[in-house]
Amino acid sequence: MVNQILKAPEGPPSDVEGIKERSNYLRGTLKEVMLDRISAGIPEDDNRLMKHHGSYLQDDRDLRNERAKQKLEPAYQFMLRVRLPGGVASPEQWLVMDELADKYGNGTLKLTTRETFQMHGILKWNMKSTIQSIHNALMDTIAACGDVNRNVMCSSNPDQSELHSEVYEWSKKLSNDLLPRTRAYHEIWLDEEKVAGTPEIDEVEPMYGPLYLPRKFKIGIAVPPGNDIDIFSQDLGFIAIVEDNKLVGFNVAIGGGMGMSHGDNATYPQLAKVIGFCKPHQLYEIAEKTITIQRDYGNRSVRKNARFKYTVDRLGLETVKAELEHRLGWKLDEAKPFHFDHNGDRYGWVKGVKGKWHFTLFIEGGRVADFDDYKLKTGLREIAKIHTGDFHLTGNQNVIIANVSTQKKKKINELIEQYGLTDGRHYSALRRSSMACVALPTCGLAMAEAERYLPSLINKIETIVDENGLTDKEITIRMTGCPNGCARHALGEIGFIGKAPGKYNMYLGAAHDGSRLSKMYRENIGEVEILNELRVLLSRYAKEREEGEHFGDFVIRAEIIKATTDGTNFHD
Amino acid sequence: MQLQVLNSPFNQEQAELLNRILPTLTESQKVWLSGFLAAAQFSSVSGPGNVQTAELPSGNTAQAISKDVTILFGSQTGNAQGLAKTAAKKLEENGFQVTIQSMSDFKPNNLKKIHNLLIVTSTHGEGTPPDNALSFHEYLHGKRAPKLDELRFSVLALGDSSYEFFCQTGKDLDTRLGELGGTRLYPRFDCDLDYDEPASEWLSGVLSSLNEAGGGTHVSEEAPSSQIGDAVYSRTNPFKAEVLENINLNGRGSNKETRHLELSLEGSGLTFEPGDSLGIYPENDPALVQLLLDEMNWDPEQIVTVNKKGDVLPLKDALVSHYEITTLTKPLLEKAALLSGSEKLQELVSAGNEDQLKGYLDGRDLLDLLRDFTPWIGSVQEIVSILRKMPSRLYSISSSLTANPDEVHLTIGAVRFNAHGRERKGVCSIQAAERLQPGDTVSIYIQHNDNFKLPNNPETPIIMVGPGTGAAPFRSFMQEREETCAKGKTWMFFGDQHFVTDFLYQTEWQKWLNNGVLTKMDVAFSRDTAEKVYVQHRMIEQSKELFEWLQAGAHLYICGDEKHMAHDVHHTLIKIIEKEGGLSREQAEEYLAEMQQQKRYQRDVY
Ligand code: SRM
Ligand SMILES: Cc1cc2nc3c(=O)[nH]c(=O)nc-3n(C[C@H](O)[C@H](O)[C@H](O)COP(=O)(O)OP(=O)(O)OC[C@H]3O[C@@H](n4cnc5c(N)ncnc54)[C@H](O)[C@@H]3O)c2cc1C
Ligand SMILES: Cc1cc2nc3c(=O)[nH]c(=O)nc-3n(C[C@H](O)[C@H](O)[C@H](O)COP(=O)(O)O)c2cc1C
Ligand code: SF4
Repeated sequence: MVNQILKAPEGPPSDVEGIKERSNYLRGTLKEVMLDRISAGIPEDDNRLMKHHGSYLQDDRDLRNERAKQKLEPAYQFMLRVRLPGGVASPEQWLVMDELADKYGNGTLKLTTRETFQMHGILKWNMKSTIQSIHNALMDTIAACGDVNRNVMCSSNPDQSELHSEVYEWSKKLSNDLLPRTRAYHEIWLDEEKVAGTPEIDEVEPMYGPLYLPRKFKIGIAVPPGNDIDIFSQDLGFIAIVEDNKLVGFNVAIGGGMGMSHGDNATYPQLAKVIGFCKPHQLYEIAEKTITIQRDYGNRSVRKNARFKYTVDRLGLETVKAELEHRLGWKLDEAKPFHFDHNGDRYGWVKGVKGKWHFTLFIEGGRVADFDDYKLKTGLREIAKIHTGDFHLTGNQNVIIANVSTQKKKKINELIEQYGLTDGRHYSALRRSSMACVALPTCGLAMAEAERYLPSLINKIETIVDENGLTDKEITIRMTGCPNGCARHALGEIGFIGKAPGKYNMYLGAAHDGSRLSKMYRENIGEVEILNELRVLLSRYAKEREEGEHFGDFVIRAEIIKATTDGTNFHD
Repeated sequence: MQLQVLNSPFNQEQAELLNRILPTLTESQKVWLSGFLAAAQFSSVSGPGNVQTAELPSGNTAQAISKDVTILFGSQTGNAQGLAKTAAKKLEENGFQVTIQSMSDFKPNNLKKIHNLLIVTSTHGEGTPPDNALSFHEYLHGKRAPKLDELRFSVLALGDSSYEFFCQTGKDLDTRLGELGGTRLYPRFDCDLDYDEPASEWLSGVLSSLNEAGGGTHVSEEAPSSQIGDAVYSRTNPFKAEVLENINLNGRGSNKETRHLELSLEGSGLTFEPGDSLGIYPENDPALVQLLLDEMNWDPEQIVTVNKKGDVLPLKDALVSHYEITTLTKPLLEKAALLSGSEKLQELVSAGNEDQLKGYLDGRDLLDLLRDFTPWIGSVQEIVSILRKMPSRLYSISSSLTANPDEVHLTIGAVRFNAHGRERKGVCSIQAAERLQPGDTVSIYIQHNDNFKLPNNPETPIIMVGPGTGAAPFRSFMQEREETCAKGKTWMFFGDQHFVTDFLYQTEWQKWLNNGVLTKMDVAFSRDTAEKVYVQHRMIEQSKELFEWLQAGAHLYICGDEKHMAHDVHHTLIKIIEKEGGLSREQAEEYLAEMQQQKRYQRDVY
């Protein structure tokens, strides 16, 4: 029953609320419109629902104007996001995705900042076959997007592989248990027969209800000292607490998120805050109750302010904690001490337990493709063919070839060499600490390039870095094509947000371990200014930095930028 | 009184004839005759309007009958029809009473009543009759064909000597009429694409023999002008239209290139209706001409005479704009053999080697000919003189004048292919694809096509089958129906290779579907799926509803590829009618033939 003291914001429900309400549990008219042959697109309402099935209608923005002239509709195509809890995929699953990308997609795979696969460029008529192939490979795309709980992330830190597998199991369980219950997905994509009669509302979606959540909801589990999943950017984060190599439980953090809108200070990135500690078996209960709080009090009127972080800031951290404990019927323990030291990945070979090896490979922009001089996709395919362990997709858009037996290690290493997967070009410290979101040409919200541009920008920054002897210094650099922050720009020591083609806002001052947000340093600047600024900043850093001082901390100590102490003062 | 050669303008034979007839005439007949002669005299100067002759009591005297001429034409794209009209005009000017009809409108059993028959017909398909000649052709060759001993006839056949069955339909009809007992009042003429000269020659020939036999009044001298319609501009006097827009309709990555061309008709006075075609006189690719000149090391500036009239041009211009240099024909090779010292060529054109010859012609051009059969003993002038005049290319108009006043739009598929180790380019389509820029001009004329018209009744439903460039006239239909707020239901079948890149005019069809101008659309993209799907497969899927539309009186139109599509669709239609109408195959064919008769089944295929 809903606590009466608290209230959701007043105001008429947003358009999306209406669409969800009319959708009969995410069905809408998807079945029909997917069959229409006159357009490769689908109506906006159905596209809203489509997201809950893990897909988006997009168009190739490079071709928009050209095609309009040619009297052709936009080059409509679907993006498909796999639900891959903890980012773990078997070699068989990798091979399926690899093949689907060529067969139905644009020939590439995108390893996302939430540890999963994305395909781009799927035509409407191929969506069903694609989803069915994914289903046959024991994966799905349910709730990979939409106003529901998203892919549950989990640290892929290979140094503690025994812990990883334990934590991974928890993330998988969370992801599965928090799935929507509607059969819409199975009916539309997997030809499941519709069961007659309409069950009671609370039977269909006991937790979500007919309107689902006001907005997306994200959960991640981090294993210190690695913060590769940026635990503080999650709506709900669990920090694994390990005592003499045993997982004793998790600190609970709530209310994080990266997104904002240009020129709207009521929107801001925010960090999740730790509110206590729980035992492993209490994870699901906490997640479920937290989600129902957001369900009941989240803003369903203004989507821009609908994320849980705004609910928490509006109601107050303590109130939300109290409400949570009220719904749980028990109190959280005192949070336990923990320590993060980085939010990047550690590359190359490391030896885990039980004689298993792990190789972390940097994937620039998370894009797995065959380039003229770098057959990355083929190389990984060849590895997948002989690999007996698994693949871990990381929160930094990279991949770990994990659990390699000693005897396989040699062969895999040969393939790595053969395909130049260790090629130095892909390995300067700055580059391997970089992330870029998809942006153009597929992302409908992009205002500027990101994935396609950052590599060339880094080429130029690298020369500055080299000049200043910082070649081996890890500085996280992140670029997004718009303020939504899909590459968690606000947690990059150097951050860029697209403003307009070729123009970016530049951010500084985030912590290297993901515990402090950045702040805007320069607005609306192009490449030349960017390089000029960095030339000055990096040479100062080279000369003036203290022992082991990270760039993000340096710019604050040197009073180049003011520290952001909370999302609410991000814009100050 | 007796007429004599001395006291009259008549020759011996005429005088005798008159002397035999005049005494037998009643008063009334004398009166009539004088009036008749006066009128005939009058009409021969002032053109048509020979009132009295029109009032001729039928089945009258020898002269009267002999002045009755029926002209039947079989025409797909209007050339034969145009010539038939010209002939009618000329004959009327010469005092004949002319009935001119499309073969499909003519009641074949009236054939026995006819004494003078002129046939003007083209050939289409692979030597098959144009649609509106089909039934007549079939009737003549069938059992019901009557004996025609009374009949005097002559055939003017239009064709294209680059086709294997040159002027086949004309030849068929000519032979058959002969077999049925008819006598040729003038021998058949087979015309190639540049038919104006031979056609007027045939006409004069026909006239004089009609006159000899039928005693018509004097043959007027002035050559017939093949200008029909109100515009001063015509096929023989093309208008230079400015290119307003020229875009490729195929998206990136397509195997196809389809140009959307917008031309200005401003100041031309040219008008057209949906379903009409536009003729373009293209220019050869200057690069190809250069190759020819180099090959023969001919002097580009050398002056050559390009026609009987004696017009002259510098060789280069003649090859670019006047002659056809990309297609070889049997007659051309036969003439060339006389100018070449090559045994091989003599061999090739000699009897018994028809198949090799046919094989050689396919996909080869003048450059191949000149390279393959050296040495050339003929002069430049002799060699160019055997070339055909550059034929115009026809394009189904894809716009409506009501919707786009003073403009005409075309939808042109680029023709590129590799043959015999060389990239070949379609003359007109590649001029459009690679050379025509907005601001340039092209020589054009309107080719009216009565055989491809929207129903007069705007309420009548229409079914349009137009894959690829076949969609062109239906864009014009849609624009027209939108402008005129026609209420009739409309159903479009479109197809091409790939949805993403080849859905020609996609956004326009979508607009028409949304605003209701287009009721229904089905598309088939052959290369998007494992098994190829074409428009006819979509028609089968919809066979029930499609037949309901036909039963409700819908007109059905097919436009586009002749060789494969049109045939497959035709047979699919028969299947559908057979299945849904519960008819036998023969009955189904009847049904379709009947639709054709009623002009409810029209085709614009190429
Ligand atoms: C693929 C991915 C970026 C990448 O390069 O990896 C991505 C791509 C998109 N994100 Fe994101 N987001 C991705 C991680 C994120 C993250 C990072 C994270 O979750 O750790 C964030 C910031 C954290 C957060 O949620 O605050 C993020 C915040 C957004 C937002 C802003 C949400 C907000 O409430 O502020 C949007 C826009 C929206 O939801 O309206 C968005 C929307 C989108 C869409 C679907 C654009 C759209 O809505 O039309 C992008 C699809 C582009 C394309 O062509 O693929 N994406 N997006 C990431 C997929 C993650 C996954 O597998 O689920
Ligand atoms: C009534 C009518 C309407 C028409 N409407 C349209 C229209 O709307 N749109 C349109 O695009 N066309 C239309 N056409 C066809 C058009 O008139 C031309 O025939 C076409 O554009 C080719 O002309 P071209 O000068 O480019 O090619 P040409 O120089 O005339 O060459 C074409 C010739 O090349 C040869 N050829 C082509 N491909 C190959 C091959 N693969 N191998 C060997 N030989 C080959 C064939 O002999 C073909 O006839 C229509 C034709 C007619 C009669
Ligand atoms: C699709 C098509 C097929 C043709 N097939 C032949 C043919 O087999 N034999 C021939 O002599 N001419 C053929 N022709 C040439 C026409 O007979 C010639 O263009 C004629 O001038 C058309 O006259 P019309 O407009 O009265 O139909 C063909 C023309 C087209 C467009
Ligand atoms: S950050 Fe913006 S541009 Fe980049 S993927 Fe996300 S929504 Fe698109």
